[in-house]
Amino acid sequence: MYFKNSKRYLIDLANIHRFVIRFFKEVFVGPYEFKEVVKQCYEIGYKSLPLMSVTGFIIGFVFTNQSRPSLQDFGAQAMLPSVIGIAVIRALAPLVTALISSGKVGSQIGAELGSMKVTEQIDAMEVSGINPFKFLVVSRVVATSIMIPILTCYVACVALLGGFLSVHQHEATSFNIFVAEVFNSLSYLDIFSSLIKSVVFGYTIGIVGCYQGYNSNKGTEGVGRAANWAVVMSMFLIFIEELLIAQIIQAIR
Amino acid sequence: MATRKENIDFNHPVITIRDLYKSFGDLDILKGVSMDLFKGENLVVLGRSGTGKSVLIKIIVGLLQGDSGLVEVLGQNLEGITTKELQSLRQKVGFSFQNSALYDSMTVRENLEFPLVRNKKHLTRKEVQHSIEMVLEAVELSQSINQMPSELSGGQRKRIGIARTLILNPEIMLYDEPTAGLDPLTSIEINKLINEVQEEFKSSSIVITHDLACAKSVGDRIVMLLDGKFERQGKFEEIFDTEDPRVKPFYDYNFTQ
Repeated sequence: MYFKNSKRYLIDLANIHRFVIRFFKEVFVGPYEFKEVVKQCYEIGYKSLPLMSVTGFIIGFVFTNQSRPSLQDFGAQAMLPSVIGIAVIRALAPLVTALISSGKVGSQIGAELGSMKVTEQIDAMEVSGINPFKFLVVSRVVATSIMIPILTCYVACVALLGGFLSVHQHEATSFNIFVAEVFNSLSYLDIFSSLIKSVVFGYTIGIVGCYQGYNSNKGTEGVGRAANWAVVMSMFLIFIEELLIAQIIQAIR
Repeated sequence: MATRKENIDFNHPVITIRDLYKSFGDLDILKGVSMDLFKGENLVVLGRSGTGKSVLIKIIVGLLQGDSGLVEVLGQNLEGITTKELQSLRQKVGFSFQNSALYDSMTVRENLEFPLVRNKKHLTRKEVQHSIEMVLEAVELSQSINQMPSELSGGQRKRIGIARTLILNPEIMLYDEPTAGLDPLTSIEINKLINEVQEEFKSSSIVITHDLACAKSVGDRIVMLLDGKFERQGKFEEIFDTEDPRVKPFYDYNFTQ
């Protein structure tokens, strides 16, 4: 039993490895599916905006409200914009955007490709002389790798706006001063590392969702499992990546 | 007018299979299958569910690989074939799936347009439109051009599935259970369509089925897959002129009940 599970685990690892290698082989070789990438960018990015707006605003607003009493104890409430800026840009915006996207986008990709797989639509593409990997997988992974960083920037802006409104409730701070304070506390490395992180998170969400969907089987049960695993696995990987990238950035800093 | 039999070129096999073996784990499915499909011929592969009929045509189109044996499609050996060669070969082999496998996020027009514009990039907008209209006319569903697959009946989905393969003008058509899940009248229409397609597009076909009415209606030659091998082949009447307990109940169930 233990041997059988280990064997299956190793086979899974080999399949994932092959899937990732195939992605990198196909992404740089034409023909390119520009139209499909744009369509997926719209699906992944534009359609996530309402959810991202609400989440980003609440995070900024609540985080500022919760941080205020602690800083007030030390008479350091003037540090609020800096604290918000560092927390939002370095950690909250990329992580929250990625986690929400893994739930919304990852499960969508897993379920969509999973149902295409079990209804033989992927096979139908293949026998029509179309490369389904390029059309379905490469376009989705490229779209998530592009759109998650853009959504991260958007969530960061909305969260900072939420933070500003929370600050403004208590003190008459101008928006310009708030923004200047936020950016004074940040370095280029902070912004750059956040962007890199969100590209990695976007890639992870896309590739995990596609892998689970593309390799799903066992009918409708398999589709549900693909969507579920797409979320669980991408969230798990995002936390591991966050930990690793934070350590690397800390070492560089 | 030449009969269909006279149009078959027995000197020109378009598919040649020799000693094909395929197993899944410990389960042996194909145990040395050999066959030829000749140009212009409609070959029916009969057999019980789970005997490997679909596996056979999936190997022919390169969706699965045989464990050993020779598979030649239009003179090209599938062993060691490159991805590019396989993609180009697949344009000449149409595959109609059992459940039609229509792209459910696309309209009928987009379903037909999708393989065409990707494989024949030189076509103008007008030529694409003309091809779509032509194949829809061939399957008598011109009025469904803007419908979504979810709005079509089972029979209509089968027809659109066949139209989608016809749009690339294939030399070989592979039908996987074309009448499965259809009522008898719709099945008759699909059988008629298969014959019309064969005559109009001058293609050769393999029809996988366990529906004897379909086999009788469309088959120039019938082979029966029993225990992983083609045990019997010939005309419909020849196949069932036997007391073999693996074959006779098949006929009895379909025609004497």
